[in-house]
Amino acid sequence: MLLDSKIPPGPIEKKWTNHIFDMKLVNPANKRKHSVIVVGSGLAGASASASLAELGYHVKTFTFHDSPRRAHSIAAQGGINAAKNYPNDGDSVHRLFYDTVKGGDFRAREANVHRLAEISVQIIDHCVAIGVPFAREYGGLLDNRSFGGAQVSRTFYARGQTGQQLLIGAYQSMMRQVGAGQVDLYTRREFLDLVLVEGQARGIIVRNLVTGALERHAADAVILATGGYGRVFYLSTNAMGCNVTATWRAHKRGAYFANPCYTQIHPTCIPVSGDHQSKLTLMSESLRNDGRVWVPKKQGDKRPVDQIPESERFYFLEERYPSFGNLVPRDVASRNAKMVCDQGLGVGESGLSVYLDFADAIKRLGEGKVREKYGNLFHMYGKITDENPYQVPMRIYPAVHYTMGGLWVDYNLMSNVPGLHVLGEANFSDHGANRLGASALMQGLADGFFVIPFTLGNYLASQKLAKVTTDHPAFADAEKTVSGHISRLLGVNGKTPAVEFHRELGKIMWNQCGMARNEAGLKQALEEIPKLRERFWREVKVTGKSGDLNQGLEEAGRIADFLEFGELLCLDALTRKESCGGHFREEYSTPEGEAKRDDENFCHVAAWESKGEGQTPVRHEEALTFDNVHLATRSYK
Amino acid sequence: MSNKMKVKLRVWRQKSKDQKGEFKEYTAHDILPDMSFLEMLDEVNSDLIRKGEEPIAFESDCREGICGTCSCVVNGMPHGPEKGTTVCQLFMRSFKEGETVVIEPWRSAAFPVMKDLVVDRQAFDDIIAAGGFISARTGSAPDANGLPVPKANADAAMDAAACIGCGACVAACPNASAMLFVAAKVSHLGLLPQGRPEAERRVLAMVGKMDESGFGNCSNHYECEAACPKEISVENIARMNREYGLASLAGKEKSRAEGGI
Repeated sequence: MLLDSKIPPGPIEKKWTNHIFDMKLVNPANKRKHSVIVVGSGLAGASASASLAELGYHVKTFTFHDSPRRAHSIAAQGGINAAKNYPNDGDSVHRLFYDTVKGGDFRAREANVHRLAEISVQIIDHCVAIGVPFAREYGGLLDNRSFGGAQVSRTFYARGQTGQQLLIGAYQSMMRQVGAGQVDLYTRREFLDLVLVEGQARGIIVRNLVTGALERHAADAVILATGGYGRVFYLSTNAMGCNVTATWRAHKRGAYFANPCYTQIHPTCIPVSGDHQSKLTLMSESLRNDGRVWVPKKQGDKRPVDQIPESERFYFLEERYPSFGNLVPRDVASRNAKMVCDQGLGVGESGLSVYLDFADAIKRLGEGKVREKYGNLFHMYGKITDENPYQVPMRIYPAVHYTMGGLWVDYNLMSNVPGLHVLGEANFSDHGANRLGASALMQGLADGFFVIPFTLGNYLASQKLAKVTTDHPAFADAEKTVSGHISRLLGVNGKTPAVEFHRELGKIMWNQCGMARNEAGLKQALEEIPKLRERFWREVKVTGKSGDLNQGLEEAGRIADFLEFGELLCLDALTRKESCGGHFREEYSTPEGEAKRDDENFCHVAAWESKGEGQTPVRHEEALTFDNVHLATRSYK
Repeated sequence: MSNKMKVKLRVWRQKSKDQKGEFKEYTAHDILPDMSFLEMLDEVNSDLIRKGEEPIAFESDCREGICGTCSCVVNGMPHGPEKGTTVCQLFMRSFKEGETVVIEPWRSAAFPVMKDLVVDRQAFDDIIAAGGFISARTGSAPDANGLPVPKANADAAMDAAACIGCGACVAACPNASAMLFVAAKVSHLGLLPQGRPEAERRVLAMVGKMDESGFGNCSNHYECEAACPKEISVENIARMNREYGLASLAGKEKSRAEGGI
């Protein structure tokens, strides 16, 4: 199939505006005749549900959580970017566009990124209107701060809880529509399959997580806003429930999976303390505004921090990247932390961490000001490590955080499967090979509040949609597939808890396909993963029944999908013979250890088509062109 | 490592909403002080699975204290003994070798137990759907800086908005009242100028739904504030009572003017 990105013609600044006018509209009286399924209730899902319901569509929203407010967007800490230029420091839509294309290492679509930058401004207006309590200055106007990868202050924030506040804003807007009867909310339902009727996405199969019953739901279109796949690495900053199941099962039904190898390793996380750990905790990137990253200059220097004089400290980011310093983008900061630890300069018991030191900031601003800015983060750090970061530097190490890859979508956010739309982290579209800080919240809300309300209308108005009910045989077929899978999981009856396979998969992924990748390691991973998957299906133990609240069954189903998806991720990483953004191939680097792109051969999106179990997936390419931000080597020196 | 510890657990097990529950005893072996409380439960569950027994059902998601999913009463205290902490932020270093730890679900008529430690908190969503929002259509907002908000108001709104909707306030209250949860939302939105136009409607609708959902009344025990992982102040309850009183009065006056009672 040809990958048509459907980028509208015209100059970059006009594409979206013209496209809005060119798109077909659904008459207000007809909107209520259309039903839309939204899976996921994070920023993208909740905002899409709210805005589509406001327009009059009948929306059915599904979440596996007990409440839509639990979605993992809630954990985003730092902030949300917008080209408001309130600080008068030279920001503009064009600069945000430029920074994001460059930050993504020239692997995102220019047209999508420009639209995102344009919409960023509307997002802040809307979020203030719905009551998001952003930080303000004494004059009552909004405050901004700078964030990694940018030289202007364009990040809006609500203490260290920006994701929480934005999600609650979107959630409340959606709940207003639930109260008004425009959104039917289905909590504790897990998406387990996509239903296609005559090639169009017309419904879903979900499992009611309380009763265990499989339920069928039909609609005129399906939206997946189901987040990223970071937990394929087992340890990540993602929440326990984050999974690839929805996007992976849609992929198996025909949706292309794009750029799965683009994974973001976040530089500032609390280091791993042992094998028992279930997840890692992020310390917001905003900390790099005031914290200085360093390691001792001497290998194996075990002296307490206060006995290491200034002259024996290596502020590696400030020294190597003088113009961006501690604020280099995430991929660069992570890679450098790994590099110094690999050189034996790391600190802490394992030697796998670097200092993030606030002593200077506390001296300059006073402890009170630092507490006001980062109090909840310092508190969280103290709880986990039992150390007081006001007195001793934090210790941080990179951890898996965000996934830029996802289901392939065109400019209208529709996948190659007609009617299947994909929003937020679940799609691949806007961040290229590396996402800049404070851009995920922006994208989730842009997709949900300001893109899908237009593009979905265009889709619905351009189709002749036959009436489909859940009696259609396609629903019975999909349900049979799902129940077969569940029975298979319960039937293995081995001896090993599913989580042990997840841990093993995570180790393979982190070691062979983490911050640095090479051909030999990836080939090894591609041998190990199928073997692990085979063992899973021979030895896993899932207790209980399917017709019951059964968390072990839910978890095992998600792990089974990760065990398949991990292989595609490694295959994508092996095939992309270049380094770009978060995808760092050791064979393709400059003598200074910086990523070396191959624009000649890899200036494209790789979108994988599933050919069924046991078959090699087929790789399709969508060429990327850069007419406005010219291809250049990224430099933050 | 030499600092491994052992704790005894008394855990509430209940098969479903309609069946009776009971405490069961387990021993958690080889626990490290750096393990989180929920990671300790993960280990206990893995052992149960290996023995072919059903693991203890409990909920958690972000495991960093922000999503509000985790919810159990530890030694009689919602979210356990540490102040300003969710149970997912509780670490085993807070417990002693050989100690017996009692783990129960939230207990409230409005939060029925679904299984073991899992409760149904849909009543909170219903309260938000009744009025916990600002009615602003997507696309209709003025410039974000068009309406300045005094910093003190914005900060106080943020303090209240920090609520994670976990329900510990209800679990801690002898009357199982949801006043702190509702008051936090009334304050968050009511302190902002954007939220004033529908402030009266909001407080009446939310309190109405709260009463309907089976939550008890507030009788000033302040246990909610003590249990709140985000340390949300009971001052919000006072603010809500004031808003509610004024809104009820305004409603009565309005209906009198319109020829009602």
